[in-house]
Amino acid sequence: MFGAGGGTSSYAEIEETDLILLWGSNAREAHPIFFHHLLKGIDNGARMYAVDPRRTSSAKFADVWLGIEVGSDVALANAVGREIIAAGLTNEEFIAHSTQGFEEYRAAVEPYTLEMAEAEVGVPADAIREMAHAYATAESAQILWTLGITEHHNAVDNVLALCNLALLTGHIGRWGSGLVPLRGQNNVQGGGDMGALPNKFPGFQNIDDPEARKKFETVYGAELNPEPGLHLTLMFEAMERGDLRSVYVIGENPADSEADIQHARKLLSGLDLLVVQDIFLTRTAELADVVLPASVAWAESNGTVTSSERRVQRVRAAVPPPGEARDDIEILFALADRMGHGWGSPDPEALWNELCSLSPLHGGMTWQRLEDEGGLQWPCPDLDHPGSPFLHGWLWEDDLGGRPRAPFSALVHQGPHEALSEDFPLRLTTGRALDSYNTGVQSGGYDSPIRYGDALDVNPRDAERLALVDGERVLVSSPRGSVEMPIRIQPDLPVGLTFTTFHFPDLVDANVLTNDAWDKRSGTAEFKAAAIRIEKLASTDGATVG
Amino acid sequence: MADLHLTEARASASEAAAIDAAIGNETAVVVETERLVRGGTARRHALRHLLLPALHALQTESGWISPGGLNHIAEVLQVPPAEAYGVASFYEMFRVDDPPGHDDDVVHVCIDPACRIAGAEDRIAELEAAGTPVHRSPCLGQCERPPAVFIQGRRKANSVPADDQPFALPQAGDPALRLLRRVGVVDPTSLDSYREHGGYEALTAALAMGPDAVLTALTDAGLSGRGGAAFPTGVKWRAVRDASGADERPAQKRPIQKHVVANADESEPGTFKDRIVMEHDPFALIEAMTIAGVTTGATRGWVYIRGEYPQATARLENAIAEASAAGLLGDDVAGSGHAFHVEVRRGAGAYICGEETALFNSLEGFRGEPRNKPPYPTTNGLFDQPTAINNPETLLNVLPIVLDGPDAYRAAGTDGSPGTRLFCVSGDVAAPGLYEFPFGISLGELLGAAGGVTGGADPQAILLGGAAGMFVTAESLDLALTLEDTRAAGVTLGSGVVMVFGPQVDLADVCARIAEFFRNESCGQCVPCRVGAVRQHEMVVELGAKPISADQRQLHDDMVQVMADASICGLGHTAGSAIQSAFDLGLLGGSR
Amino acid sequence: MTDVANQPLETETTVTISVDGAEVSVAAGETILTACTKAGIDTPTICYGPTLTPVNACRVCVVELDGSRTLVPSCSRPAEDGMVVQTDSERVRHSRKMVLEFLGSGVDLSEADDLRAWSEQYGADPTRYGPAAERMNEDVKVQDDLYVRDYDKCVLCYKCVEACGDDAQHTFAISMAGRGFGARISTEFDVTLPESACVYCGNCVAVCPTNALQFKTEFDLRQAANWRPEDQSVTTTVCSYCGVGCNLELHTQDERIVKVTSPNDHSVTSGNLCIKGRFGWQYVHGDTDG
Repeated sequence: MFGAGGGTSSYAEIEETDLILLWGSNAREAHPIFFHHLLKGIDNGARMYAVDPRRTSSAKFADVWLGIEVGSDVALANAVGREIIAAGLTNEEFIAHSTQGFEEYRAAVEPYTLEMAEAEVGVPADAIREMAHAYATAESAQILWTLGITEHHNAVDNVLALCNLALLTGHIGRWGSGLVPLRGQNNVQGGGDMGALPNKFPGFQNIDDPEARKKFETVYGAELNPEPGLHLTLMFEAMERGDLRSVYVIGENPADSEADIQHARKLLSGLDLLVVQDIFLTRTAELADVVLPASVAWAESNGTVTSSERRVQRVRAAVPPPGEARDDIEILFALADRMGHGWGSPDPEALWNELCSLSPLHGGMTWQRLEDEGGLQWPCPDLDHPGSPFLHGWLWEDDLGGRPRAPFSALVHQGPHEALSEDFPLRLTTGRALDSYNTGVQSGGYDSPIRYGDALDVNPRDAERLALVDGERVLVSSPRGSVEMPIRIQPDLPVGLTFTTFHFPDLVDANVLTNDAWDKRSGTAEFKAAAIRIEKLASTDGATVG
Repeated sequence: MADLHLTEARASASEAAAIDAAIGNETAVVVETERLVRGGTARRHALRHLLLPALHALQTESGWISPGGLNHIAEVLQVPPAEAYGVASFYEMFRVDDPPGHDDDVVHVCIDPACRIAGAEDRIAELEAAGTPVHRSPCLGQCERPPAVFIQGRRKANSVPADDQPFALPQAGDPALRLLRRVGVVDPTSLDSYREHGGYEALTAALAMGPDAVLTALTDAGLSGRGGAAFPTGVKWRAVRDASGADERPAQKRPIQKHVVANADESEPGTFKDRIVMEHDPFALIEAMTIAGVTTGATRGWVYIRGEYPQATARLENAIAEASAAGLLGDDVAGSGHAFHVEVRRGAGAYICGEETALFNSLEGFRGEPRNKPPYPTTNGLFDQPTAINNPETLLNVLPIVLDGPDAYRAAGTDGSPGTRLFCVSGDVAAPGLYEFPFGISLGELLGAAGGVTGGADPQAILLGGAAGMFVTAESLDLALTLEDTRAAGVTLGSGVVMVFGPQVDLADVCARIAEFFRNESCGQCVPCRVGAVRQHEMVVELGAKPISADQRQLHDDMVQVMADASICGLGHTAGSAIQSAFDLGLLGGSR
Repeated sequence: MTDVANQPLETETTVTISVDGAEVSVAAGETILTACTKAGIDTPTICYGPTLTPVNACRVCVVELDGSRTLVPSCSRPAEDGMVVQTDSERVRHSRKMVLEFLGSGVDLSEADDLRAWSEQYGADPTRYGPAAERMNEDVKVQDDLYVRDYDKCVLCYKCVEACGDDAQHTFAISMAGRGFGARISTEFDVTLPESACVYCGNCVAVCPTNALQFKTEFDLRQAANWRPEDQSVTTTVCSYCGVGCNLELHTQDERIVKVTSPNDHSVTSGNLCIKGRFGWQYVHGDTDG
């Protein structure tokens, strides 16, 4: 809604902020070193409200934990917005000067009374009011989120609902205040920055913008397609329809990581051609017609990655790649060569400097500066620019930097795509554990003393009702399939909610259960909300596993 | 520390109940509903000071700090178990090993010099022969009635057998007494009795005078701290009054809170003055603290009293309750509009906690390790807030200064050391006990007042100022006991200890025990003291009564110098001084 | 709408002190140690760490300050205008020598290269205390595949406790326990690390000045007499896991990663990492079951 996609704030800012809303993020485990900065903020006196269905290890640092129903984020955010308006705590000057659509927003949130929210969200109205007032009256405040917001079928609504709160209060565009999505992978920010999005060129320039297209065509020496491509979820839909018959996968393991995994595997297996370029023979690679072994980007190659605070940093080769594995860039250059395009010799520095010449956000970030200064935060438009610790300062400029006002979004609470039912009466949500990572292909390589394996966390009262003991293996089923897995009895989640990680697909295929309902705008599936049931295994003796 | 990790051990129901009761059923995490939990760092920090009371409760209930009990404390206070263990294992009175026989009371018998020369080991042998396990303890603060015994109760209150004996002050009835005038006269359990003997007249006067006049009177009177460092009290209090309490950290917006702390962790071997005053005139300390509160602007008062003083603790707690009930403590002290609340906190057996910043850490629920200074307590004291910390004897002096004025106060003592001083006379004298004399009395006169050296001979040595002080010999009997004269003589009055060793005493044994005392009582934080105290003890033990070689003497000089130059706190600075003086005087290593 | 702070205000005042006769100016709030460094004077430090709150426990950095009865720890004492400091006086050299000598008399400093060099420089002679001098006498603790704790090499500098605690990780798995010479770094009741709150971030190991804490990779190579710092190189890169952007220093020997650290002056990490960044590199060498 504000333009370029990136976290608005630097990590250093949270050390000085007054109020933290940690919403759908278990940063203590998923982003541990960011959490160090957050803890400094708390030690410096910041208060923290944690909004999460589970009382995560992050939420345990909060002054108040609001254990919301899975998928009730829009209802809560709307109620917070309504309360801020009702209590007269909006930043009227900011709203008048820097935003548009306030009246529509006010009308849209009107039904979201505290009482209505209490019923939808499951936390007492007083606590919602308290959080609304704390956020609105703080001198500076940050809202942080992760996949708890974005792995929903209405992910974009969730994000916009939080943006609304920043617009109401002016907690944006200033040191210490902002909206901070924490990135889950070391270069998910950089991938987007570099144009690995279906509708963008590098630097978030639109492919349907003729001027931008001309600029790239001139440098690339080729005509570029102005039509948006497909994002991952649309690709699977296209595979399903038979429109997409060949796929080239670089550094992704969709055969383990997609929601409703059995379906995804079937589609991948049915392709005419599947090329996988990876450092491992992943489950996806096992399905491939051609596998191109790649070097490890961060330890065997040279290049850059971009972090959650938009900091571009160098990665460097420390060891040679094994066997026939080759650098990703080298592989692409060789392919181009075979296709009859001589791109010359692969040189990450030259490629980077070309990018800087094409992306205004990166205009001043030469390879040499990255070397000398150890990393720069975009936007960094020219060589004298020091980089930008935070975004959207223009909202506070008299002329808004010549931009249109930032729009409020009128949103309706929808709830999870998959309702609970008699057959599937329990809610399942998923997340990461501290010592593991995604499908475990990397983190499986070391022996962690704190690893417990994938297990289904169950509230003690649910366990008692189902006559389950800690460590017992059970059959867990969703409308899409069933897996066997052990349970962990955990008092940190409410009755009716269950949780699992998904780090050990060889042992527990947790994504068999998850829902592939997805947001048409973001392309993200609803990993965070499936409906399941738990059944005792006939032969179980309650042996502890893990 | 909010994402606590606990081992599987769980508290018994009685352990949990004892702990919960001791901390007023407070919990750092409050579960309001299944989906609403309050906790957070600020709340956790605010409860941390309850750790020491919780550990006391567990020790009393279980006879040791059991893993399950520790986990319960960790959970309710949200203190990481490793930290709670680090705190528990710091103190003599807490046992963290799984002890045999922890179902019984623990009988502590003092083995420090005054008790040592009065047959402590014989007493221990008797008790052990009778089947009572004995904990050999450092000084228990009962040096006037050796050998000292203290009983740490299991599932009952701690006690001191000697407290059952009738009390008599040697100078009882002497009209010249100032600080001790009510001791042995007033009913220490009665506010009415205290008032009948002039109690709370000073507070009335102080409120009428106002803070500035009180501060001026203290400065004019020349009152200085009686704990050993002799810092001017008026200057200290004024600094607290002037402290803004502003916190520089950006997001920190705490209201200013100032504190008055009575440092009643009297643990210097040979010292027992504060115990006697607190046992027999407890309201006086509370009144003086209240004056400190209204004068400095502090609203919280704390008495940090050593854990081995059960009677003084009980009497202070009673005094606080009575004074609160009478409106002399609380939100509106004596109708003045000033708020002042006092709490008693028990130490748990650690000499180092008499060091003021170590005391703060201990009270706050951390290991009793001293902090580096600056910053000083007047700006960054208890809970990092402005704090006036004084020894009880110092505080007692405030009452006559406020009531009678600085001129009357200065009528006793010398120009450099105005007023009177409490002397803890112990060892080989006919009438050991607590004495009050104007500064300037000679050492010989003081010993005379205490009935003279047992057996009538000259003493072999006198330990002045405690284990952290120095030995002198009969050649120093003419020494005037003032700050200026002792300083000129290169010795110290310290906490007023005068411990006399008759001709028959084995001084090598006494010195070895002093060295062992510091070895045991060093907190271990800084290298010079942690290692130096051990190496010194090893040397003194190895030397015994043998003459010292030049190399050994050089090594000892080196150790004493680094401890004095580079240690963090006064314990390290003075840990070598008594032994060094013994070498200098030829009492040890000797050719005398 | 223009009165908006775009950056925290930096109002920097300086103070000037004399160090060994030379005038040195540093920012207000900086320490004597900073001033000494700025004056080009090397100061030995053990418990000091640039990312840690000073505990000033080791006392090896003491200097002589005019007007102070005792020596003062340069690492924690803020510089004040007009201070006159001596860093190489007889008293200073004496205290430094004695601190190092005391440590050498009770602790295994065989892998503490800095301490050994300073001991030589200041003439510390731990043998003066004789063979009977009490030592740490601790056995090596190997309780998992990531860490080794050899407390016979521990100088009780508190750095690991601080890194585990509120200077970085806020896990508080370890604390100083006991008192005096018997004080030890310990978990509660000395339970093993896997039983404790430890999350294996390795930030304690990273700050240890004496190798009392080691990564198992280093320990194993040392046991095999194959730890060769002279043959190692260090490459700075970015962690491959989450999107925080932690810089990693990959220490490599024989084309294999043998240790991972992070630069203290990196704004993202301040030298700290998590278990994945610190240990999750084995897959680079094909050591994976994933």
